[in-house]
Amino acid sequence: MASYDFLFDGLGLRDWCEAGTSDGPMSMADLIGKAAGGEAAAPTIWELPFPSMDALNDACPNFPQARELTKGLENGFLSIKDGLSLFLDPITQPLSWSLEAALWLFQTAPWWIMIPLLLLVVQLVSRSVKLVGFVALCLGFLAFIDYYDHAMQTLAIIFVCAAICVLIGVPIGIAMSRSNTFQNITTPVLDMLQTLPPFVYLIPLIFLFSVTEPKLYGIAIILYAIVPVIRLTNLGIRLVDKEVIEAAESFGMTSWQKLTGVQIPLALPNIMAGVNQTIMMSLAMVVIASLVSAPGLGVLVLRGIRNLELGVGLLSGLGIVLLAVVLDRVTKAALARVNAAQKH
Amino acid sequence: MSDDIKISIRNLFKIFGPDPQGALEHVRAGMGKSDLLEEQGHVLGLKDINVDMQAGKITVIMGLSGSGKSTLIRHLNRLIEPTAGEVIVNGEDVLAYNEDQLRRLRRENMSMVFQKFALLPHRTVLENAGMPLEVRGYDRKDREDEARKWLNRVGLEGQDNQFPHQLSGGMQQRVGIARALTSNADIMLMDEAFSALDPLIRTDMQDLLLELQEELHKTVVFITHDLDEALKLADHLVILKDGQIIQQGEPQHILLHPNDPYIMDFISDINRARVLRVRSVMQKTDQHRPGLAGDVDAEDTLESVIALSGGDTALGYRVLRHGTQVGILSVKDLVRALVPTAASEEGPRSSSGLSLSHGTGSR
Ligand SMILES: Nc1ncnc2c1ncn2[C@@H]1O[C@H](COP(=O)(O)OP(=O)(O)OP(=O)(O)O)[C@@H](O)[C@H]1O
Ligand SMILES: [Mg+2]
Repeated sequence: MASYDFLFDGLGLRDWCEAGTSDGPMSMADLIGKAAGGEAAAPTIWELPFPSMDALNDACPNFPQARELTKGLENGFLSIKDGLSLFLDPITQPLSWSLEAALWLFQTAPWWIMIPLLLLVVQLVSRSVKLVGFVALCLGFLAFIDYYDHAMQTLAIIFVCAAICVLIGVPIGIAMSRSNTFQNITTPVLDMLQTLPPFVYLIPLIFLFSVTEPKLYGIAIILYAIVPVIRLTNLGIRLVDKEVIEAAESFGMTSWQKLTGVQIPLALPNIMAGVNQTIMMSLAMVVIASLVSAPGLGVLVLRGIRNLELGVGLLSGLGIVLLAVVLDRVTKAALARVNAAQKH
Repeated sequence: MSDDIKISIRNLFKIFGPDPQGALEHVRAGMGKSDLLEEQGHVLGLKDINVDMQAGKITVIMGLSGSGKSTLIRHLNRLIEPTAGEVIVNGEDVLAYNEDQLRRLRRENMSMVFQKFALLPHRTVLENAGMPLEVRGYDRKDREDEARKWLNRVGLEGQDNQFPHQLSGGMQQRVGIARALTSNADIMLMDEAFSALDPLIRTDMQDLLLELQEELHKTVVFITHDLDEALKLADHLVILKDGQIIQQGEPQHILLHPNDPYIMDFISDINRARVLRVRSVMQKTDQHRPGLAGDVDAEDTLESVIALSGGDTALGYRVLRHGTQVGILSVKDLVRALVPTAASEEGPRSSSGLSLSHGTGSR
């Protein structure tokens, strides 16, 4: 018989085990055992299996099998899902709207408005003609190889998601910097968000929202990309010179004056570094999110994989690299300007 | 001495650690700093501090690193909350203040100058100097006028639009002082304000402070670990060690009558002739005496009298203050005063043991 019979016999649980059971669904081991030909001899100590759920189920049919755990998780999630989406749907609706609006805007504006506008933005944040030239070259190349639409879709999604990350992340970071308790609660959550493989985010989200809604990938991108801006805002504020804070207090600043006049400005280099990372991570995620209908260059990568169109895959990959370089350079240039303005 | 007391600290205790009140019992029962740390895991910041600071005078708090100077000065504007005791400013107990009252105290009655300047790096010199008024909601023109006035006064004409990192340390600290003056508070707290500056600049800044003080008569609380600086600036000198006051009083008096081996050691290295003044070693009398070699002023240093006498110990001088005689100084007394107390009483550097090496080593 099964290896762990003695356990249930010893605990006097045999009756409970056998109560009302016919043969439940067979475990893998049973099937293999059957295939190998009937009951084997009593197992020796060398063959003692780990007391896993399936092994225990062998000895006691009423003990749950491992597959019931995953099944249970799934059922549990499905049962709260309706309640959850009742609550999540309305508050995430603006995200769908803004994504749709941004996508519409970036695609309907003709290229001869859109490209100069983007270049103007680059000039404003970086004040570097060289960089503007580089960006013009990259965008020009993408447009020339007919990836303009896809690139604009990707950019639109990144703009919206990164903006929302900053809007939510900076206040969370500030709150963390002011309360050690809050920091201790938040840090493990951030650690988890950062280490969870990006694909895993998508699974529960697919159940919660319909795949046709932009907020599905919007949320996935934001969850993935928001971490650095939160962390670096917290860090930046905590690193502000203690004596400067004391000076601010000793002249009677209110905590609001201190926050806006001293802490945020002095934390700005760190916050900007966080924004840079957030944008880069949004870009990484927007490619993966094309699995759940996010438009953009990721769709082309996916087509390359699915149809084994090597050229499309490689070229769209190159396009993503170009976008990444552009976004990185521009945010770094902005960061450098902030740094130069407040060298110590 | 006048009785015009601006700040009064009464029985102040500060203990750092998780349970200061519990540790306070032990301290009150006489436990020292090192025992408290070992047995209770608490740091004794300040122990039973009592100081009166007079309006319009410079009170210097001196002590070695870790003696609790910064902790003490931060109690005056409650950047640090005490474990027990009272801090009375202008007759009111600061510790009873609510948040609004405390903010008003910080905005209107006290200003502070910091060791590492603590300027806002993203603001110009002018904006930094005007910060105290900005905090109070003055409009731009008013605060810039006031800030510019004080920047000019401390010798920073034309630097308005520089950023702090573009200035030298000495200039940055001038901005720090201008900022404190702009707030127009009558109390100025200075935590090792000149310690980060090199010696020549430091002397300049000390002179600047004394000059400003002639004019403005602020109540200054000045912290230093440098005895020369303390003696130069102090009207009232408080010497702190391990969170306790070991002696306080008029600096000249402390020099001549140190009451603790720690202080004797502290003062043994200084040039007494340059620091001691005629008034501290003269015999007080308004009687005329024949055979005096000339007149000296009560505020003259002994060094200048030695130069005058050419080293002749037989001479004596009439001591004048504002043209009237207040005493007589014999050069013999003068020479005697030049010998450090510890040496004259107990032989050179004998009795003070550990604290001797501690004191000299850390300077
Ligand atoms: N927040 C704190 N927590 C624990 N201990 C502290 C704290 N602040 C100060 N102390 C301790 O209190 C004592 C006095 O420190 P304080 O900073 O007042 O010294 P100080 O005289 O200003 O020294 P320095 O010349 O180095 O500035 C030191 O032993 C220090 O370790
Ligand atoms: Mg200090």
